[in-house]
Amino acid sequence: MAVATSATRLAEDAKPDAAFLVVDDIVKRFETPDGAITAVDHVSFTVRPGEFLAVIGPSGCGKSTLFNIIGGLIDGYEGQIGVAGERVAGPHASIGMVFQEESTFPWRTVIENVAFPLEIAGVKKANRIERARHFIALVGLSGFENRYPTELSGGMRQRVAIARTLASEPKILLMDEPFASLDEQTRLLLGDKVLQIQQELKQTTLLITHNITEAVQLSDRILVMTYRPGRVKRIVEINLPRPRSSDIVSSEAFGRYVAQIWGDLREEASRGMHDDEARALHAGDRP
Amino acid sequence: MTSAAALGRRPFVPALLGFGSLLIFILVVEILIRVGVINRYIVPMPSQIAMSFGRVISEEDIFGRFRLTFFEALSAGALIAVVGISIGILLYRVNLLRLACETWIAALASAPSVLMYPLFLVIFGRSALTIIMMGFVAGLPPVILKTLEGLSGTRRVLINVGRSFKLGPTQMFVKILFPAALPTIFVGLRLGLIFTLINVVGVEFLINFGGLGQLINDLAERYDLPGTYAAICFVILVSVFFFIITERVERWLRPVD
Repeated sequence: MAVATSATRLAEDAKPDAAFLVVDDIVKRFETPDGAITAVDHVSFTVRPGEFLAVIGPSGCGKSTLFNIIGGLIDGYEGQIGVAGERVAGPHASIGMVFQEESTFPWRTVIENVAFPLEIAGVKKANRIERARHFIALVGLSGFENRYPTELSGGMRQRVAIARTLASEPKILLMDEPFASLDEQTRLLLGDKVLQIQQELKQTTLLITHNITEAVQLSDRILVMTYRPGRVKRIVEINLPRPRSSDIVSSEAFGRYVAQIWGDLREEASRGMHDDEARALHAGDRP
Repeated sequence: MTSAAALGRRPFVPALLGFGSLLIFILVVEILIRVGVINRYIVPMPSQIAMSFGRVISEEDIFGRFRLTFFEALSAGALIAVVGISIGILLYRVNLLRLACETWIAALASAPSVLMYPLFLVIFGRSALTIIMMGFVAGLPPVILKTLEGLSGTRRVLINVGRSFKLGPTQMFVKILFPAALPTIFVGLRLGLIFTLINVVGVEFLINFGGLGQLINDLAERYDLPGTYAAICFVILVSVFFFIITERVERWLRPVD
């Protein structure tokens, strides 16, 4: 089990030929009535082409802020984001986002949802339907093309959202806890589906998650973040064989990775819990 | 309980139950009037109302009046849809306008605007236009407020999906905001149409002009109670037509919620 410290990993990632997504020294502060809060503090990392990187951390570590910064949904931050050598600001066609919340359009059928980015890009109807069918098949939803999201389960709806993002053919797939609202079994099975897709498309993927097993099951590397302010605590290389499936969760090596990352996270999660308790007490003291 | 649930799944059973309940209600009213519990000089017997339909249709030009009331309500309905949705969009876009106007538009929604009919008579004369404008003013506030509510209530994640695909403001509105707000907008339209229809018939009644409202006034003044109630049934028919049209348009615009 190879473990690299953040310093050594970042030195390696700094090689320009290795980096596809570059997150460079990002700092994001939010103004609150109690003063400024630093959500993300000097976070730097890179993602290599075709790599699956997971960012893991306790609640309040700035994971979602980082997701929104990389996706271009929030601005007013220090540092910069680069994709394939190009600095990006704001939403960018190179980056496809999959959200934590249910994000399918309920008024569109599955195929209309998946064809949405192609429709926006002005692709002719026959062509976009054909391409949408391909991505629907890729996420294993063939036969459901004309169903509406309300007729599907939560897991199926999330697969529609993934297919919709993949249909825009992004260079980087950016996912924010896409399986957070699903049960554990569905989560493992969808993990298999994501692994299969990533294998097939060689899709560079950045997954934001708080789920350790999900991160170990899917990733090549895991970036562990500290509790507020969110900093890079450690980057862990996952040397589990590929192609992987959910069967790997029963292996001894998998268990060791989970234990190691939990060891890193426990301290951060405890800090978060104590912080929440202190804030609740403080709020209770207010008249 | 299981058999009741199974019956509920058959498409004709709820309709049959609804129609059956109405028939039972009419029958009960008929009996209560016949035995003297309800005064027959205030409420006519349903059987008398049923028999007066032929007379009202043949002698009172009911179809002409029905067409006129329907046209007035349809015109006012089209106006509340176009103007109300447009103003709702404007208030959504311009926050200052929203802050300035939302409260008094809400106040206007509950105001008895029908009392302004003398003013409208002065402006538009004793014509169908007065009735249309009265219906329009009464039905406008709920459409504005519900359009605003629907657009503001669009889930943040759907807007973020649009932003992630780099949608422009027009695309964002046409492809995401408007379809997402449509169910709430239609709630406003239904409410608006109710207020519009009440005001159209009410003003016809008050100014003794036009379609079914005027007929109800005439028949009531002649103390033709069965005829009056028969004419009211035609007003209900106008309402039914409106709701069928609204539902069809909503289904066409948004097949599934």
